[in-house]
This record gives sequence, structure tokens and C-alpha cells, in this order.
Amino acid sequence: MSVLEIRDLHVTVGEGDDTKEILRGVDLTVRSGETHAIMGPNGSGKSTLAYSIAGHPKYTITGGTVTLDGEDVLAMSVDERARAGLFLAMQYPVEVPGVSVSNFLRTAATAIKGEAPKLRTWVKDVKTEMAGLEMDSAFAERNVNEGFSGGEKKRHEILQMRLLKPAIAILDETDSGLDVDALRVVSEGVNRSREDGDVGVLLITHYTRILKYIKPDFVHVFVAGKVVDEGGPELAAKLEDEGYASYVKASAEVSTS
Amino acid sequence: MSTENTSTTDLTTQPATLASELFAPGVGAQAGPPTTPASDTGTAGDVQPGAHSHGGPTPTGSPAERFTSTDPDAFGVPTGREETWRFTPMKRVRALLDGAPSDASLTWTSDLPEGVELTSVEAGDPLLKELPEPVDRLAALARQRSGGAAVVRVPAEAQLDRPVTLGLAGTGADEVVWGQLVVQVGAFAKATVVLDHTGLARYAGGVTVLVGDSAQVTLVSVQDWAPGAVHGGQYDAVVGRDATFKQVVVTLGGDLVRLVSNVQYAGPGGSAELFGVYFADETQHQEHRLWVDHAVPNCTSNVLYKGALQGEDARTVWIGDVRIRPAATGTETYELNRNLVLTDGARADSVPNLEIETGEIVGAGHASATGRFDDEQLFYLCSRGIDAETARRLVVRGFFADVVQHIGVDELQDRLMGSIDTRLGALPGLDEQPVEVA
Repeated sequence: MSVLEIRDLHVTVGEGDDTKEILRGVDLTVRSGETHAIMGPNGSGKSTLAYSIAGHPKYTITGGTVTLDGEDVLAMSVDERARAGLFLAMQYPVEVPGVSVSNFLRTAATAIKGEAPKLRTWVKDVKTEMAGLEMDSAFAERNVNEGFSGGEKKRHEILQMRLLKPAIAILDETDSGLDVDALRVVSEGVNRSREDGDVGVLLITHYTRILKYIKPDFVHVFVAGKVVDEGGPELAAKLEDEGYASYVKASAEVSTS
Repeated sequence: MSTENTSTTDLTTQPATLASELFAPGVGAQAGPPTTPASDTGTAGDVQPGAHSHGGPTPTGSPAERFTSTDPDAFGVPTGREETWRFTPMKRVRALLDGAPSDASLTWTSDLPEGVELTSVEAGDPLLKELPEPVDRLAALARQRSGGAAVVRVPAEAQLDRPVTLGLAGTGADEVVWGQLVVQVGAFAKATVVLDHTGLARYAGGVTVLVGDSAQVTLVSVQDWAPGAVHGGQYDAVVGRDATFKQVVVTLGGDLVRLVSNVQYAGPGGSAELFGVYFADETQHQEHRLWVDHAVPNCTSNVLYKGALQGEDARTVWIGDVRIRPAATGTETYELNRNLVLTDGARADSVPNLEIETGEIVGAGHASATGRFDDEQLFYLCSRGIDAETARRLVVRGFFADVVQHIGVDELQDRLMGSIDTRLGALPGLDEQPVEVA
């Protein structure tokens, strides 16, 4: 049972005169077994939230706390956060030339588990998970993300989530750029993790279509760097019909008043 | 290109369909393709002769021919101000330019598969007259002073069961060793030749590979010299009709290594791939100069060189010249150089140069980038629980493995990656370096 608690989180990007505040007091609690959808328009700071939790050095935390089971996440290095149980499926995973997927996965699993996984069971696990995500086995010998299609990159992200078994998984626009088939395959992978264990999922998305496959327990509307509305799955349906216009307008009125 | 700033040039002439392939005879290129190309697709026909060059102001008409001669004195004694020598520390290379005769030699060990012959020819042998001429004084001296050449012959249609390996070990740096090697591969043969340079020497060695029609040849040259070694030389490949030539240059050791690799095509349909990796530590100078001369139609060339530098006064130079002459229609060429600067005080120069003298090509491009660690790669790996130290090693190892894997000889690849791992282990202060993200 894990709890990720975000309290009054303030984050800026840039330095000196170019400093821009992106997150303006985010409050959010994600527990094991829960799936939270964070929905918001472009530029609202959804991805900044994801990368700030993961520890990307581009972002400066100017206030607030993030804890995982009471431990101060913000005091941890990027790799320590991952070993503590956090996982970020990235929107734009980077290429790492010359590093094969299989080598990468094994190195990561070794780091997360603290010891090298037993080769026989490991190979079997990787094969099973790749099959589950409808990935060709030749994929393992390719270099990490190099020449991957958009769909392959996202499958590869979810493959890592399946194998590394995080306590809390943050999925940053995992649905973007996926065709219907790929969206289904990727969503099924996420759902397997939800069924298998008690992973907590923070699903960041601009569109509601992934929510047809991954049913959220909670929906948070994110506008101008903070959560402006919260509710159950019915809120997603409302956003589907009405969009973000009313929230954005309200937010603009608040900031100009 | 300064190492202080990450600089990138990436210029590509997009592939274009030849008008002559699309239209009946008599319909000129000015008629345009039948469909509208994508907005980012430039047609090769737009390229004016000499229009794309980073080699300074291009005079009208064709660039000057490169001077070649078998007579060392025809080049004069370089001072270091010449274009071809301006990057080279002249004091350290001087012995190879003075040209004092010597009988010193490297210790050779050879592993010759069935059917491969290792012989020698005397100076004045007709074979030597056919070789491409030296392009600088060092190469001309090596040709002249070596007094003949060692010759590796692979008969036509041979399919070797393993690589030809020549271990060339230096035994000391007192006298300059002059050497000339000719690798002659018959038509339709398939061969890999590995030159493995080790030990301490001052060595000026020429290597010419004559690739028969439709032959497939891989030449691997490993410079795993002991500290203090000096190695200069000219590598030539003459690629036969429909033949494939692959060269992999791996420069790790020595005080100074300066290799000039030239490719020319003896007939249409030839393909050349030039791969290189280099890793310069404190005070090492590693210079690789490439010259691919497209003078016949329908040939391809692909260049990929990657280098890493660490330590005070580590210095690398990469010059990539590609020329597409008017007759070389249907040419496809790309060259890429990447340099990874691991510490302060190192300097990488990277100069790609493309001369295009016909518009009727399939594509031509080059890219060059020199920079520090890609911090986004490090973040990605660290976000999977991998500590920064291991992540850095993975990235640098991957950076090299990307090229080393083209050798195609497992044992050699493992040995070279092992050497690189050892060198990375010696990386000073790697633990202390923070993950910087721009």
C-alpha cells in the first residue's frame, strides 16, 4: 500500500528574467489501486507535474512537498525516485543509440530490484510481456527508441512499467499519437498492471478517448498550473461534451481580477 | 567547431526523383515531376554546381584538383600552415616528414584463411604503379621509403571462413618504420581484413585496398598503440564495379595518429561505408581525414565517425570531404561526425565538406555535432532507477557500440568494447559531475 502525496506544489522553469511559474499550488493524493486522470488543455502544466515528480532538472521546485509513503521525494535523485517506486511513462521517450532494449531493461530491473534478475525467469517475463503488448521479439535487440514508431515507443514505455512494477505510475499523454489498435494494446497493458497488483496510476491526458479503455476512479481538471475541479468518471464525460472552455475562462477571469 | 558550445549543422539534400526516370526521352527536367513534392522536399536539380560547400569561398567552376605525387619533394616540407597540416602538431609528427631512411620494421603476425596469400613485391613492381598516388609528403615518403610492399591476395570468388588478421606490433620508437600494404581482392570475393596495430612505434604506413568487381570487402584498422606511438598514413580504396567496401577505423592508443582515408570508384554501382571511432585521452592527438571522390555514376558512400575526448589537451580532428563530379549522376552520399566531450580542456574539430557538381543525384548530406553528454538520455535512464554513473557509462558505451558493431568480428568487437570500458573507468571525477540539463 503506497501513497503519493503532492501538497501545494509550486514549480518554475527558466532562470532570471525568463523564470516562469508553471505549477501554482498543486494538491493531489494517489493511493495504491487508484487510477487518477489529470485532464487539461495544452500548456496547463500537466507534463510539468509529471516531470517534476520524476525529478527532471529543468524544473525548479519553489514550494510545496511531494512524499511517497511519507518519504521526501523532492530530496531524492532521479534514480532514487525510481527505486522508491515511481515510474514515468514519457510522452517523448528519447533515443539511446548503441544501447539495446534488452540490455537497458535488464540494467533497469537490476537497479530497481537491487540485484540482477535470474536470467531464465527474466527472459521468460520479457517475452511474455512483449507478447502481451503485441511486440515482435526482434524488438529486444533494437537500440532503445531508435527508429521506433510512435506506437512502438509507447508500447516500450508500458513494457518497462510492466517489468519494473512501480508502486505509482505516471503516464504522460501515453495516448497521444496512437492509432486505435495501439491505444487498445497499450491500455490493456496498463489494465493488466492495475489488475495484477495495487499500482496507483496517474494518467495525464488531453483527450478523453484513453479513458474509454482505462477507467479512472477520479478525474482532476488541470488549468493554469493547478487542479480546478475534481470528480468521478462522470466529470470526464462532461469534459468530452463541453471541453475546457468554461474552466479556462474562469481561470482567466481569476488571474486578471 | 568549438567544444565549448554544442554546435550542430545538419544539411541534407533530399532524395529526388530523376526527371529522366519519370518522363519519356525528350521531356526535360524543367517539366517538373507529375506530383507536387512535399514542401520540405528539395529537388536535387535545384542544386547548383558547387552551391553547397563549407570549405570557404568556392571559385567559379570546379574546385582545384587535389595534388598527388609519388615524389615526396614535390610536396615540399610542410610547416604546419598548410590547409592539410594546420591541425597537426608538427613537432610530434616531424620524424615522419623528415624521411630519414630506415630498415626498422613492425613485428608481423598473420592469420590467413585458406586461399589467402601474403607476399611482397619489390619497388618498381607494376602493381605499385597502379595504386592511387600519395596526397601528402608523409604518404609519399612511406611509399618511397618502404621500398616495395607487402601484398595480401584474396582470389576471385573466394568466400573466407574467417577474417584475415595482420597483427602489426611496434618494438620501439627509435627509428621510423616505413611500410606499404596492398590488399588485392578478386572479383566476387568476400573478405574481411583486420590490421591490428599495437606496441610502441613511429610508423608511416600506406594501405591500399583494391576491391574487385562485385567483391565485398571489409577493412578494419585498429590503432591500439602503446602511449608515445606516432602513426601516420594514407589509406586508399579503389572500389570496383558493383563492389562493396567497408572500412572501420578504431583509434584508441598512441600519442599521435593521423590517418587519411580516400575512396575512389573504378566503375559504377560501387558502395563505400566508412566507419570510425576514436577516443582521445589527455594530450592524445587523433586526426582522421576522409576523401570520397564520386567520379562515376550510381555509387553510394556513407560515412559515420564518432569520437570521445577526455582530459587536458585531448585533441581530435575529423575532416570529411566528399566530391560529386559532373559524371557521377545517381550518387547517394551521407556523412556524419559526432563528438562527445567528456571533460573540460579537450578540443574536437569537425569539418564536413561536400562539393556537388551535378544536380542529377539521389541525395547528398552531411551532419556534424560536438557536444557534451546528452542529458535527456541520462534523465531517461536515471528515471528507470539506473544511477547516474552507470547511466553515463551506458550512454558512452552505446555511443561507441553504435559504430563498433559494424566490424562484424565478435571477438574483436568484445576486445575493443573492453578497452573502451577500461578507459571509461579511468574517467576522472565522473561520479562528481552533476547531471546537467540545458
